[in-house]
Amino acid sequence: MRTLFDKIWDAHVVQVVKDGPTQLYIDRLYCHEVTSPQAFEGIRSRGLKCFRPERIVCMPDHNTPTHDQDKPIADPVSAKQVATLEKNARDFGLKHFGMMTPDNGIIHVVGPEKGLSLPGMTIVCGDSHTSTHGALGAVAFGIGTSEVEMVMASQCILQQKPKTMRITVNGTLQQGVTAKDVALYLMAQLTTSGATGYFVEYAGDVISALTMEGRLTLCNLSIEMGARGGMIAPDQVTFDYVKGKEYAPKGADWDKAVAYWQTLRSDDDAVFDKELTFDAKDIEPRITYGTNPGMGIGITEAIPKASPSPSKGEDVKLHNTDNTCKSSGNQTSPPSEGLGEARALSYMGFKAGEKLLGKQVDYVFLGACTNGRIEDFRAFASLVKGRRKADHVVAWLVPGSWAVDRQIREEGLDRVLEASGFEIRQPGCSACLAMNDDKVPAGKLCLATSNRNFEGRQGPGSRTILCSPLTAAAAAVTGVITDPRTLL
Amino acid sequence: MKQKFDIIISTGVPLPLENVDTDQIIPARFLKATTKEEKFFGDNLFRDWRYNSDGTVVEDFVLNNPRYGGCILVAGKNFGSGSSREHAAWAIAGYGFRVVISSFFADIHKNNELNNFVLPVQVSEDFLQELFASIGADPKAEVKIDLPQQTVTNLSTGRSEHFDINGYKKHCLMNGLDDIDFLVANQDKTEEWEKKKTLP
Repeated sequence: MRTLFDKIWDAHVVQVVKDGPTQLYIDRLYCHEVTSPQAFEGIRSRGLKCFRPERIVCMPDHNTPTHDQDKPIADPVSAKQVATLEKNARDFGLKHFGMMTPDNGIIHVVGPEKGLSLPGMTIVCGDSHTSTHGALGAVAFGIGTSEVEMVMASQCILQQKPKTMRITVNGTLQQGVTAKDVALYLMAQLTTSGATGYFVEYAGDVISALTMEGRLTLCNLSIEMGARGGMIAPDQVTFDYVKGKEYAPKGADWDKAVAYWQTLRSDDDAVFDKELTFDAKDIEPRITYGTNPGMGIGITEAIPKASPSPSKGEDVKLHNTDNTCKSSGNQTSPPSEGLGEARALSYMGFKAGEKLLGKQVDYVFLGACTNGRIEDFRAFASLVKGRRKADHVVAWLVPGSWAVDRQIREEGLDRVLEASGFEIRQPGCSACLAMNDDKVPAGKLCLATSNRNFEGRQGPGSRTILCSPLTAAAAAVTGVITDPRTLL
Repeated sequence: MKQKFDIIISTGVPLPLENVDTDQIIPARFLKATTKEEKFFGDNLFRDWRYNSDGTVVEDFVLNNPRYGGCILVAGKNFGSGSSREHAAWAIAGYGFRVVISSFFADIHKNNELNNFVLPVQVSEDFLQELFASIGADPKAEVKIDLPQQTVTNLSTGRSEHFDINGYKKHCLMNGLDDIDFLVANQDKTEEWEKKKTLP
């Protein structure tokens, strides 16, 4: 009567601390350059080594430029952070996939594609989108830098066992509706905190029918509902994906592993702390309209009219705490909620009740650990094929890894994209969080396949709408927000 | 860092916005440091809400309002959502906050605060709104945080609530200990466990 999550978690418990957390063994720690330097600094100052260096894999991805990677990084601070990771990996004897090496890319793209992330594993990284790896049937979650240091020092982490939630999506997805749309739909239903405190298992016809890459996209976005992680029971789709990967088990070890992985499913009588069920027929291509990923609508829908809402068009200031505090007593819902909604619309330049179809788009971003895989490039290319990029749109197409880049060229997608006026950049996190030069200018509207539309996420003052690769492609060729189903 | 915790009485800085994400607490462009420069992170806490793009001060943002101060940040529901960046906790600590009160915290950020000796105190929505009202009416309104008793008290109204924290973490905060000390001391248990493990 155990859930998939319970089975993997229980198999990794070293001990349960009295009146405290669980000491959990970690099979794989990934490190990128942004959230690891202070952890290395920490173990160094304590005079410690990495306890199990063979379980740690490092690669730079956040700061990497998406052009001229063979030249030194222009920003000296970024360059130093990338160089620091390389030095730390060398000093502590860790595997390191450096920039411009064939294995480099975004950690959450590279891990699965190399077979470094496997079913049944516990996987952590100082990055909230570590939830991605749960698609393989692993317990994978993002952690802070102190926790990265814990794992370096002991290959263990202290964690409270989260609650479990199962989200079942039944039915069949309509044409033009992707895993990304399912995730954006779920976020809007649950809000950004709806799954906080839970580990989510996705199940149902829709999930079973998803490709491995679709599953990676879905699990990637679990954190945007607040969930620590998301996971999917490994099945034939998983085994077919993992088989033959560089670091996957081979020969007799493979057979043994698959036999074990087949036991990794929630028992029929497993009890979840929470169960939610949705139907695929309710899901159309989705876009966000606000400044958190839960503020989303179907692409043909209008922005909901929230209440209470300060007067329309007025620049709402959260800074004015005086007023908000004084008015807090006699409203039915907390004033901050209305304030947040109005502030978000003000930031985005949208009005409650309006539709977004037909709005002019300035930038399009295809990429990130959410949608930077080969299937995403295939989807984008299939829609733009035979069409031209709108002149006023700046399009950034950023593969999630060099392996994805090689596959793009092998399949001739590069020629399709170039014929339509698009160029392919070099791999990295890029405009998802704009730590490199790929910054959307203040006030510009970007349709992005990434994971977050927070204020300033793609650069100070940038305005982000999250969507699928198909919806991004439709915007790129029409220059306005367009229902991709009209172009299929 | 590692400042022992006991009882704190302070005024609070109110930020009554919900879903404050860690990108707002510290924007990505300030994450490039390779050492734990708490002052640098603290100086850039809520950077894009505190300063205009030309570097001038946003006068009416609460951190720039001289009426409010103290080592307690009082924030709306679902504080610290989004990115796992511990830089957000370093920024909060670096600015001088020792406690954050909210009616709900995002998981990863909550752990990050605890690991930096910043105490996240989760209260009921009703308690939170009353506290916003108290501070709104009088910025000198004080809050008492009693970690040994696990209580938070709005000293303006006298209303008190119990808050949760596990016994292990409470012991760590009160004695200035961290998880790495514990895990390194328990490496023999880890080695024992590894010997028994067969897969993967």
